[in-house]
Amino acid sequence: MELIDKATVKHVAHLARLSLNDKELELYSAQLVSILAYISKLNEISTEGVTPTSHPLSSLKNVFRSDTLKPSLEADEALNNAPAQQDGFFKVPQIIEGK
Amino acid sequence: MEKLYSLTAHDLKELIKKGSADASEILSSVFDRIEKTDPKIKAIVHANKTKALEALRSNSAKKEGKLSGIPVLLKDNICVKDEPTTCASKILEGFRPPYNATVVDRLEAEGAILIGKSNMDEFAFGSSCETSCYGPTRNPWDLGCIPGGSSGGSAAAVAADETILALGSDTGGSIRQPASLCGVVGMKPTYGRVSRYGLIAFASSLDQIGPITKDVSDAALLLGVIAGYDEMDSTSVDLPVPDYTRSLVKDVKGLRIGVPRECFMEGLDKEVEASVRKAVDVLKGLGARVTDISLPHTGYAISVYYIIGPAEASSNLARFDGVQYGLRDKDARGMIDMYVGTRSKGFGNEAKRRILLGTYCLSTGYYDAYYLKAQKVRTKIKEDFDKAFASCDLIVTPTSPTPAFRIGEKTENPLAMYLSDIYTIPANLAGLPGISIPCGFSGSCLPIGLQMIAKPFDEETMLRAAYTFEQNTDFHKKRPGI
Repeated sequence: MELIDKATVKHVAHLARLSLNDKELELYSAQLVSILAYISKLNEISTEGVTPTSHPLSSLKNVFRSDTLKPSLEADEALNNAPAQQDGFFKVPQIIEGK
Repeated sequence: MEKLYSLTAHDLKELIKKGSADASEILSSVFDRIEKTDPKIKAIVHANKTKALEALRSNSAKKEGKLSGIPVLLKDNICVKDEPTTCASKILEGFRPPYNATVVDRLEAEGAILIGKSNMDEFAFGSSCETSCYGPTRNPWDLGCIPGGSSGGSAAAVAADETILALGSDTGGSIRQPASLCGVVGMKPTYGRVSRYGLIAFASSLDQIGPITKDVSDAALLLGVIAGYDEMDSTSVDLPVPDYTRSLVKDVKGLRIGVPRECFMEGLDKEVEASVRKAVDVLKGLGARVTDISLPHTGYAISVYYIIGPAEASSNLARFDGVQYGLRDKDARGMIDMYVGTRSKGFGNEAKRRILLGTYCLSTGYYDAYYLKAQKVRTKIKEDFDKAFASCDLIVTPTSPTPAFRIGEKTENPLAMYLSDIYTIPANLAGLPGISIPCGFSGSCLPIGLQMIAKPFDEETMLRAAYTFEQNTDFHKKRPGI
């Protein structure tokens, strides 16, 4: 397994919507290299034909419920924590470029 | 008479029944204790005496509840309606949930009195409580040491008698490891046993809520209140909840206890090893049949965990974007800038490190090599346990490889910090119940914990063995001189 370089860390930070200054980039790159070097010891094990485990409950399949109307959170309660709101909606900065 | 705050829930229930104590005396005693000791420990990030007193008044009708009048402290990642819930992160500053976690509803239905929220590693990312945006909690046994993490505030508060009961959450050892380091009882129930609705998610295939208490009897009592199916959590399992207090029986005769040979490995502190070996002898002396077992993939558990945990966390934490709650970068221009600004200002170092690691392991080109590989090795780890449980009823190991370490000792080296979860992580990966109970002290008087792991949904065997050990030893009676 190849180990991570600074350009990749920068790209991953972009994917995760994080911005890193030069000092952080330096620090995280070095730390991720040592963490990934440790993790890569998984390659010692053959996993040919092994079924992956995504959660521990082997009996759990899809969980369905009937589509019936029930009371839920009122809009004003849902909006209570919003950093900005207007007319019963979450308000965000402009998305589409223009006037 | 002993101070009320120093007692267990089951002792207090007896006193209330006899009429020699009432709920308001207990609550005052606990709040007096918090005022006296918490400036030193810093275990509690938000205490609400007014709300607790109100609950006490409206509670008079619930005298029959299993926890009537008993104060409970909650880890700060458990949602309580209209009360600050921050995961010890700046990004959730000011957040007040519009609903209760299911465990909160269940506690209130049984008359428990919620007293506040406890400190934790930010978003439960850590083993020392040092990544909290509020600063570290201190270990009541030695204020220069960490209490463990991530539920370090809950464990330290129980150890310092600042609460009677507490809840934590455990993703890779976050209940058991701090319980061990603070000399109290901490239990991670089977995955699916307790609803996670209202627990702010870290890694959804691993997280579980559980009790942190002064003794095994209280752990049984508290588990009985919070366990059970909940339609709001599709991973909660619809199995009947036994009366766990009936498992509090002093008897391990014939119980088959497996000791994995892999657990006495490099990095295990000599004093911890000696205490754990002595604990195994105690169980043997009480009639348990101790057998040597092997969990051959133990050495890979940390690698698997530090792929799956951060991968799921990076996905779960995508929701913190400044739109619906918490912090927003008000200087940002445009939507993407607002996301980036909010997340970069709001998350601390360890959160950023795990988001980066998880995003990398899930990204195009690396998914198969890391995430899928980890899921396959997870299967192998699970199969190790299946095989082991064919020849034993319970597995016993150390909880943590060392007693509490110094504040600041491992903050510069994340990998060294990650290695402190070596004994607890496998139970999360396999979804098994585990408990840590006090089993000794180091030369410098720091607590040492013994971990017991049982088959899925067999908390009863685990509680019986833990209770038997506890009742035949005195480690749980020793309190820190704070």
